[in-house]
Amino acid sequence: MAQPLDTSANTNNLTSQTSERGKKKKGPMEYIKKNYILYLFLLPAVLLVFIFKYIPMYGVTIAFKDFSPLKGVAGSEWVGFEHFIKFLESPNFQQIFINTIKLSAFDLLFGFPIPVILAIMLNQVRRAKIKKNIQLIIYAPHFISVVVIAGMIFIFLSPAGPLNALLTLVLDRPISFMSEPEYFRTIFIASGIWQGAGFASIIYVAALSNVDPQLHDAATIDGASLLQRIRHIDLQTLKPTMTVLFILAVGGIMTIGFEKAYLLQTSMNLPASEIIDTYVYKRGLQAADWSFGAAIGLFNSIISLVLLVTVNTVVKKINGETLY
Amino acid sequence: MNNKLINNSKTDKLLLLINKILLSITVLIVTIPLLYVLLGSFLQPDILLTKGFSFDPKHWTVEGYVRIFNDGSIMRGFLNSILYATGFTLVSVGFTILAGYSLSVDNLAGKRIIMIYFLITMFFNGGMVPTYLLVKDIGLLNSPWAIILPGAVTVWNIILARTYFKGLPNELKEAGRIDGASDARIFLSIILPLSKPIIFVLALYSFIGQWNAYFEAMIYLEDRSLYPLQLILRDILIQNEVEPGMIGDQMARAELQRVAEMIKYSAIVIASLPLIIMYPFFQKYFEKGVMVGSLK
Repeated sequence: MAQPLDTSANTNNLTSQTSERGKKKKGPMEYIKKNYILYLFLLPAVLLVFIFKYIPMYGVTIAFKDFSPLKGVAGSEWVGFEHFIKFLESPNFQQIFINTIKLSAFDLLFGFPIPVILAIMLNQVRRAKIKKNIQLIIYAPHFISVVVIAGMIFIFLSPAGPLNALLTLVLDRPISFMSEPEYFRTIFIASGIWQGAGFASIIYVAALSNVDPQLHDAATIDGASLLQRIRHIDLQTLKPTMTVLFILAVGGIMTIGFEKAYLLQTSMNLPASEIIDTYVYKRGLQAADWSFGAAIGLFNSIISLVLLVTVNTVVKKINGETLY
Repeated sequence: MNNKLINNSKTDKLLLLINKILLSITVLIVTIPLLYVLLGSFLQPDILLTKGFSFDPKHWTVEGYVRIFNDGSIMRGFLNSILYATGFTLVSVGFTILAGYSLSVDNLAGKRIIMIYFLITMFFNGGMVPTYLLVKDIGLLNSPWAIILPGAVTVWNIILARTYFKGLPNELKEAGRIDGASDARIFLSIILPLSKPIIFVLALYSFIGQWNAYFEAMIYLEDRSLYPLQLILRDILIQNEVEPGMIGDQMARAELQRVAEMIKYSAIVIASLPLIIMYPFFQKYFEKGVMVGSLK
């Protein structure tokens, strides 16, 4: 592709700009001058990222300091790992940590396979129009805001709500779902599946639609049953995508759905619903315990990073697929 | 199609039948809650509570909607949300497209370093507290810019845009260059007109994302008059607050509760309205968005 253009560059000096870009014959200033517009294009994004991503990375040093707004980040005194130790030794730590792990691990366990199953099921629908309509319906909840989802959960699960109206047919007393810690995880995960599984299947559906139908026909002629074809053709096709998404999901375990968890919290269900991120918000911002909040947040991101790298290494060993 | 020619075994046929049934149940599970809220917004709340549902037209009402329209806060929140989502989309898509294009140009000196500069933010971040302190320090607290700027540029979107531009035939740029066009000219008159799909996908997701967001507004905004719709909704739906404009002067407690219950349904419908209206138009871009993302 580049060949004919290179020859034209020799004859036509108007294209010299292109070749200069690669060879950098002139000084760097000259080069930047020539291509300044491209650097100008990059400037706003680079600046925004610097301000809102890099400066807070420096700001996270307050996790090791006793931050006071008057002294600023640089002026506050160093206290080493004091805040981390305080968090690890606090009576809440164990519960919050376990809540976070449990919520995400179960979310992954139940939430991860369902989109795959949905995609395989959809793939069996022969009539394109019906398939399309089903997709259109099951994708829709993905676009509903988390506030509305939480609001709907409160409506449906309230002691006077429709679910309890159904349950009173078998139970004598309504259940106060949102005040009982034991229901929190189920509510969180089930509503997540209701909202997200359909849309999450989109990428698997796309992968399956790339499979050559002749492969299925050939397998059928050879006597493969439907389940055998799903196992040996469909699942094999989906494996690389599943691997990448799984690694990413594990990397995100510690930062699961803060926004929804916070909305679904009631004072009664806190024993199950308080997770690290909501705790950071409450201690760091609401109670203005800046350094302590930053320390817990940093603790959380380090665990995430370790998880991501670990699972990537493990998966690489097992089946050779990897994220990076 | 082809499968009709091939004899499926009996178990396969049974499985396909089960598949149809399960998919139908899935569709019902998704639609019933949505329909319940939609229909519930037109029902008297006490009927909803006692009977669950009613087809008696006497029990139907638009009172919830009337109360919402009478109260300024939801409508103001609606306008704020439009403003924030539009502003965010313009900034986000504009900056992302520009950066993505530059990073797609072959042999741009320093490209690798800039890419790494962006990629690092995917793995490390300061977190909630340092970001909040920064926003506070630069004086953006209680300003709409705190909603628009911090999350406007994401690495992921830049990669999406870059991937798209890389996919455009190089000959186009070269042709422009041969004609003596500058980089800016090439971008404006050759690349941009070909970039509608990526611009549309990015704009769509930015707009919806911002329309549905509440968290940044919750931590950065103090004035209620600046609240986006989602925050107002949160007060109504989660914290059971009734806006003053929705009630009469003197209202009994029971009546207050009745109103609070009723406006929940209509508030949900109103908040979802823009997306419901847009849905048929943007649905063909779902897969495109995901496909562009999967290329990397």
